Amino acid sequence: MDWSPLVLTLKLASITTVVLIVVSIPIAKWLAYTNIRLKPFVETLVSMPLVLPPTVLGFYLLLAFSPDSPLGQVLENWFGLRLAFSFQGLVIASVIYSLPFMVHPIQSGLSSLPKSLLESSRVMDKSYFSTLLHVELPNIKPSLLTGIVLSFAHTVGEFGVVLMIGGSIPDRTRVASIAVYNEVEALNYHAAHQYSLLLLALAFAVLLTVYLVNGGFIKKFWR
Amino acid sequence: MIDINISRQLEGAEGRFSLVVKQSIEKGQLITLYGDSGAGKTSLLRILAGLMVPEKGQIKVDGQIWFDSTQGIHLKPGKRHIAMVFQDYGLFPNMTVRKNLIYALANPAKTKLVDHLLEVMELQQLQGKRPATLSGGQQQRVALARALARQPKVLLLDEPLSALDDKMRQKLRDYLLKVHRQFDLTTILVSHDVGEIFKLSNKVMHLENGQVVSYKTPLKMFSHRHFSGKFQFTGEVLEISKEDVIFIISVLIDNHLVRVIVDHETAEGLTVGDRVLVASKAFNPVIKKV
Repeated sequence: MDWSPLVLTLKLASITTVVLIVVSIPIAKWLAYTNIRLKPFVETLVSMPLVLPPTVLGFYLLLAFSPDSPLGQVLENWFGLRLAFSFQGLVIASVIYSLPFMVHPIQSGLSSLPKSLLESSRVMDKSYFSTLLHVELPNIKPSLLTGIVLSFAHTVGEFGVVLMIGGSIPDRTRVASIAVYNEVEALNYHAAHQYSLLLLALAFAVLLTVYLVNGGFIKKFWR
Repeated sequence: MIDINISRQLEGAEGRFSLVVKQSIEKGQLITLYGDSGAGKTSLLRILAGLMVPEKGQIKVDGQIWFDSTQGIHLKPGKRHIAMVFQDYGLFPNMTVRKNLIYALANPAKTKLVDHLLEVMELQQLQGKRPATLSGGQQQRVALARALARQPKVLLLDEPLSALDDKMRQKLRDYLLKVHRQFDLTTILVSHDVGEIFKLSNKVMHLENGQVVSYKTPLKMFSHRHFSGKFQFTGEVLEISKEDVIFIISVLIDNHLVRVIVDHETAEGLTVGDRVLVASKAFNPVIKKV
């Protein structure tokens, strides 16, 4: 069995998750506290990947990343990056695709914190980052865990977007979900089973972890 | 000296109204904001803290401008040398009592101050505990200690004692008075409790629909019934009982039950739960050290 698609999947999911943590926390914090009129539009944009067919997202990203597009040209000329059919392109697409899975839990976690926590910290002359690091994030650990695990798992389960902008280049863009598709197409059911079972087990284990930890199960029986 | 001259529209239960306050508060005083809920007490406190921005006016404290709408100045809450105790205390659940205090320090090296505060508030035993495991009164003490860790010039308290039972209240009042004097604070607190106001404050600012209707000493404010008694308390009628030809009224003054004999006429005018003034001027009270 060729392990490289699985390794690639885990690599993609890990990098995507780390990028998402950094990107989503400021967005979620802003959405949790702002009263600006633009808020519903921003929330809609963040949530779009939930309902948009992955192929549509992939199609537009493919157009945007193509060396003929303005964005593609800027990326290629200034940064020497060609995102279409590359691993970096997959990371960017996955970040957009899994954004709601990270932003939503953090946003709802932050909104459920009593206002007085934030205000106490403000009155104490603490900075944005100090408050975030010492007060807000430590008090929404379950939400953070949910966000991290769901975006990781969702990236593992990605198929349409990857297929559109990554194709199926071995070791670069052929992730496990694509490998399953290829093996089935080639009537190679044995290999398809191997990938599928591993993905199934991974998805189950990851979700079970969230429910056990957030349900207090582990705390209760781990002493 | 705190010079307040501000106005702001507020959204009340019965529609919009304006909070208009023009008042000077002397340094070192303990002031109570008194009034019905929705009168603008908490809003005024939040405006002083810098958590709410007035539409117009000026706030000046010891010569320093905190807010000035004409000059566009709004000093950030953190730069005002204030501390605020919120109604729900706002303690950080992820930190122990001690860490809550340390986080509040302007200079994290001043742990001596933390030790001192833990001692003053009798919290040494609890310093390793998380706020969620503490009782209401203990949380309140932590909140007060944490506020003092800022070494504020002005201490703002939003109904600090309302969630506590009577016994705890009395104890915390004593703590509050103690720290107010010891740390040389100007303290502004929101309270509904007349007994509390009497015991604590130098002056009462009475707000009604956003307007200051009076700014007086508690005695002048609450004994406005033209009573010249030298010896007087306010309390609540707990029981009215008839004994032969007289009536005995049981009145709760602070935590003390006092029985007063009254005639038929007076008893008729009273019902259980009434707030009453108990006064006397025809005898000399005896004072004995306990």
